[in-house]
Amino acid sequence: MVDVQFRFRDDEAVNDPAVTVSAFTEQSNATAVRIEPSDDARDLLPSLDRLALVEVAFPAWTDGRGYSSARILREAGYTGELRATGDLVIDMLHHMRRCGFDAFAPEKPLNTSDAEAAFARWENVYQATVVDGRPPIWAKRHPA
Amino acid sequence: MKIVTANDLKSGAVIWWTGVGWSIDVDEAADVGEDGARVIAREEGAQNAVSAYVIDAEKDGQGVRPAHIKERIRAFGPTVRLDLTVKPADANAVNWVI
Amino acid sequence: MYKYDEYDQQMVDTRVAEFRDQVRRRLAGELTEDQFKPLRLQNGLYLQLHAYMLRVAVPYGTMNSAQMKMLGDIADKYDRGYGHFTTRTNIQYNWIKLEDTPDALADLAKVEMHAIQTSGNCIRNISSDQYAGASADEVVDPRPYAELLRQWSSFHPEFLVLPRKFKIAVIASEIDRAAMRLHDIGINLVKNDAGEVGAEFYVGGGMGRTPFVAKKIKDFVPIDQMVTYAEACVRVYNRYGRRDNKYKARIKILVHELGLEAYSKEVDAEFAHLLTQPIEPPLAELERIQAMFVDPAFETGLSDDLDLSDPDFRLWVERNTFAHKAPGYVIANVSLKPIGGIPGDATSDQIRLMAELAKDYSFDELRVTHAQNIVFPHVKKNDLYTLWQKLEKADLSTPNLDTVGDIIACPGLDYCSLANARSIPVAQKISERFGTAERQAEIGELKLKISGCINACGHHHAGHIGILGVDKKGKENYQLLLGGSEGADTSLAKITGPGFDEDGVVDATEKAIDVYLANKQGDERFLDTYRRIGMAPFKEAIYG
Repeated sequence: MVDVQFRFRDDEAVNDPAVTVSAFTEQSNATAVRIEPSDDARDLLPSLDRLALVEVAFPAWTDGRGYSSARILREAGYTGELRATGDLVIDMLHHMRRCGFDAFAPEKPLNTSDAEAAFARWENVYQATVVDGRPPIWAKRHPA
Repeated sequence: MKIVTANDLKSGAVIWWTGVGWSIDVDEAADVGEDGARVIAREEGAQNAVSAYVIDAEKDGQGVRPAHIKERIRAFGPTVRLDLTVKPADANAVNWVI
Repeated sequence: MYKYDEYDQQMVDTRVAEFRDQVRRRLAGELTEDQFKPLRLQNGLYLQLHAYMLRVAVPYGTMNSAQMKMLGDIADKYDRGYGHFTTRTNIQYNWIKLEDTPDALADLAKVEMHAIQTSGNCIRNISSDQYAGASADEVVDPRPYAELLRQWSSFHPEFLVLPRKFKIAVIASEIDRAAMRLHDIGINLVKNDAGEVGAEFYVGGGMGRTPFVAKKIKDFVPIDQMVTYAEACVRVYNRYGRRDNKYKARIKILVHELGLEAYSKEVDAEFAHLLTQPIEPPLAELERIQAMFVDPAFETGLSDDLDLSDPDFRLWVERNTFAHKAPGYVIANVSLKPIGGIPGDATSDQIRLMAELAKDYSFDELRVTHAQNIVFPHVKKNDLYTLWQKLEKADLSTPNLDTVGDIIACPGLDYCSLANARSIPVAQKISERFGTAERQAEIGELKLKISGCINACGHHHAGHIGILGVDKKGKENYQLLLGGSEGADTSLAKITGPGFDEDGVVDATEKAIDVYLANKQGDERFLDTYRRIGMAPFKEAIYG
């Protein structure tokens, strides 16, 4: 397993071995699951409360299905660790955070200072993803 | 002959492998024989060149002429803007491309 | 026109800083070309045949004169004194140096411009009707809606690495001037019986190697749900669009393979879900944007008369102007298609002149059209002759809008690394052969579109006459197509038969035009005659 390089959670690290989505849905006591790009994240929705870790695999960073998977899980109320793993690139870290990822395990460790700059890059954002808890620019323009 | 072409990383300019370095003049291109892949790996690794590849060309008394029109246009410049080509003063130079 | 507030400016400035950092890491060797390429593409930076190419966004084709002037200045400062206006209503520079790009972007940011998402597998620049806010036939001005979607799509965190590029057009008129049905999502703003504005959604249009006309998926999405519905459409595409083959990755293939009904069902389920998430900007945000698109202060009581005693001016007025909604005003088109010229190219001096003229004669506004021309949307008829004289001095008064000389052409093999054949020389030869005013008048409206490869950037599928350049055993070869259209009556052109060499395709074009002239009835355009008599007589004349 690749190491988690960045984690934005205060709870204890989860190191349970992640099982595949089909293994998990077919009957499993596992508390960690790994979503591949072609998996349907909605298959996990009935059992979100027993999950402590969802790993979303990015075999290639240019395959963006994992972004939708992440948001879908968070929209459904998943609060455990949501870990991006695989071919992660610095310039997408911020956007991953916005989709609900809160842990990052890049295959090849990223330059720490560049990555920290990337996480902090966008002070404001145009859209509400809701799951990042950030008020979008339109909300700031029109305070309730 | 086999020659290697690429673009310069910083400027994007079309460049040709001369055997010791890169030139913007296709006539200076060297026959790399079977060595193309090695040249490309080394030069791309050294961040000198991007998008390098091997092409077929012919050498005659006039110079080096790539086999495909695409590389001849790369060597010469846009055929519709002769002022921006490598031979802006020669109105007939475009015939080399076509 | 839209004016950035501190937030918009901050977003663009942040992007410039981000890209500067990416270029630094690339030049320092921290990023390989494979890693850098998708990043630079999201900033409109390609590596083309001769050099890097920078594509700058002109959101919904609208600019003010300061922005246009900057485009001219950038052409001089970082490029070779000219730019190329594209079918996506953007502008491209062909000779940009990688190390200069961050500075060029910083200059653009000074006039509220950018190159964000002008390439890459993300939501691209949103296009619209070039006569928006000026023509009498629109339901509403579509640009505020396009701006709302621009902000929604800019750096949308979920949709930056889609299966493939994604193009959206927003119009609000039955006469489609933006090729709306040839976009991944087309939105036509309509009013319901209660007079409320809503969005009619089309999906799955596109050109490329497998062209499709978009299908209507929703008659009426309430305007305060438009962003949410778009988000549902794109999420379904992001999840299910094909990623195994880049030629089958556009949404048109997904819609085609799933079928409209199945795709629509998925979207409806996602839409219902997303409506529970507060992601839709409030109507107050649309209203804020709309307030910036109010009509300029048109003078009232102006005369609609024009002195047409100068025959050259008269020809230009008849060909290149369009009725304006305000009495005494007119919409004036600048053709970037001089006879024998390069379609869509303009020199830095021409660009700055057009900027100046827009300031003096068009309430500071210009538009870029998908046909690669420029529009002065609000010209007082009293000023039209003066404007025309100034255009004429700069070789910008060619009276050929929508005629055979007004050719759409991609850059082709003269510039583009994807091209198989040159497009521009074919356009030049056709333009020269049919370029005289008499010949153009005889032929009338004829939209001729040329692509230098199957990717169809020159819209050949949508040409009344389309020409597609291919590579035939290392030689340029051109296929001829007939019967396409990009308007409200969108249709896809059909290929006539075997291809030709460069001169051969010009001759074949002439034969096709001769068939039309011999068969036309009444006021029929080329397209009408083709639709009435079919392909056979054309084929017979061309190959018989």
